[in-house]
Amino acid sequence: MPDKVKLAYFLSGGCGGCDMAIIDLSETLVDVLPYLEVVFWAPTVADVKYKDLEAMPDKSIDVGLYSGMVRLSEQEHIARVMRRKCKVLVAYGACAALGGIPGMGNMHTREDIFQTAYFDTYSTDNPEGVTPQVRCVVDGKYELTLPEFYGYVRPLQHVVDVDYFSGGCPPHHSFVGQAVVAVLEGELPPPGSWITSGKAVCDVCDRNPAGRGEQRHLIQSVKRTIDGVPEEGKCLLQQGYLCLGAVTQGDCGSLCPQVNIPCRGCGGPIPGVKDFGLRAIGSIAASLEKEELVEQIPSPVKLFYRYSLPASMLGRKIK
Amino acid sequence: MSEWKPNIVVFACDWCTYQGADLAGSLRYEYPANVNIIRVPCTGRVEPEFIVSALSNGADGVFVGGCHPGDCHYKEGNYKAMRRFTLLKMVLTGMGFEAERVRMEWISGSEGKRFAEIMAEFNRTIEKIGPNPFRRDSNAG
Repeated sequence: MPDKVKLAYFLSGGCGGCDMAIIDLSETLVDVLPYLEVVFWAPTVADVKYKDLEAMPDKSIDVGLYSGMVRLSEQEHIARVMRRKCKVLVAYGACAALGGIPGMGNMHTREDIFQTAYFDTYSTDNPEGVTPQVRCVVDGKYELTLPEFYGYVRPLQHVVDVDYFSGGCPPHHSFVGQAVVAVLEGELPPPGSWITSGKAVCDVCDRNPAGRGEQRHLIQSVKRTIDGVPEEGKCLLQQGYLCLGAVTQGDCGSLCPQVNIPCRGCGGPIPGVKDFGLRAIGSIAASLEKEELVEQIPSPVKLFYRYSLPASMLGRKIK
Repeated sequence: MSEWKPNIVVFACDWCTYQGADLAGSLRYEYPANVNIIRVPCTGRVEPEFIVSALSNGADGVFVGGCHPGDCHYKEGNYKAMRRFTLLKMVLTGMGFEAERVRMEWISGSEGKRFAEIMAEFNRTIEKIGPNPFRRDSNAG
């Protein structure tokens, strides 16, 4: 084992679930903690300020984990600082690597989002029509600032160079454990790659017909998760529940299909796939029995691009 | 500004539409010169990535041409292509593209004239709806 590995962690536009995935390492975390020195973990764990991170020498941190997408100017700033200070920068979790759930915001303009969030929602009481401003002056003398809310969500690699990607919403803790151990032992894949077993969700899924000696057939109907209860042990896709496990990394161990929930692709694309949503379209459409079934697929953009819209080739809705 | 001409990308299946394009040439039917044909083994080879790559690299219109249903050299390639194309079109229109910007037609090897007519018609459609909005949008930042 080398000397202590210096670790920085930044929770950007994410929800904090990725932080929880690290905490969920439990015993593994206890085992590896003696080898880790957390120099920065904001805003959730360590009381280290941005200025402390900015004051650290360049390339002084061994590994930086960046979780969450880039929507605000503050997040972009820290992404750039992290890139300067860290030898290895990891886009950690679906938001950083793909844009994640907040990435679906790219289907709407900033104005639409503000209109909904600050005016239209039932619980909003905003008679003066206040919306977030980058700068405002209170009592004529106190100048207050907020980070700029950019028009679009970007994954980390659209802002700075990223060495490794890791999918999952959040990444499964056993997989995080393997990744942390790999970092500590210096056994990392070539830069630019995803940290993954390379297997698809279907590969590790108990419902896969191939693993049960069953014949696969074309899909006869399109169902939503609220339509009935899936048959025990039988492939969800074969029953008509649109499961994207075939094109998703299976480092999660196919947790969702095990509990009757079709895969939505948070793990990120399997190796060799550039655009998750498009490959999913190709795979799902080709396995439908009738062409009419295609039109029954509800809200296709947000189904196929649930986690990966900002990282896709198109990236956002065109106005 | 010089007169804008659409940049049209055509994915033509080797067994039917490409032969149709060849026949159009042999018979000296005229079709627009801004049609760029890419020969593919089968429409089933045309992944959604191909079409979106063309659009995101600035193509103003993308056309996919294959064998008539039932005539596919690989039996069901065009049926798969049909489903993929319909679904991709739903996604593209959801993302703000005009539905007319992408088109799929069945053109056999004997339909040289039809190939030329459809190309001219598709070119007119694209001229009418204008340049690819993705280019305009990405320039705006």
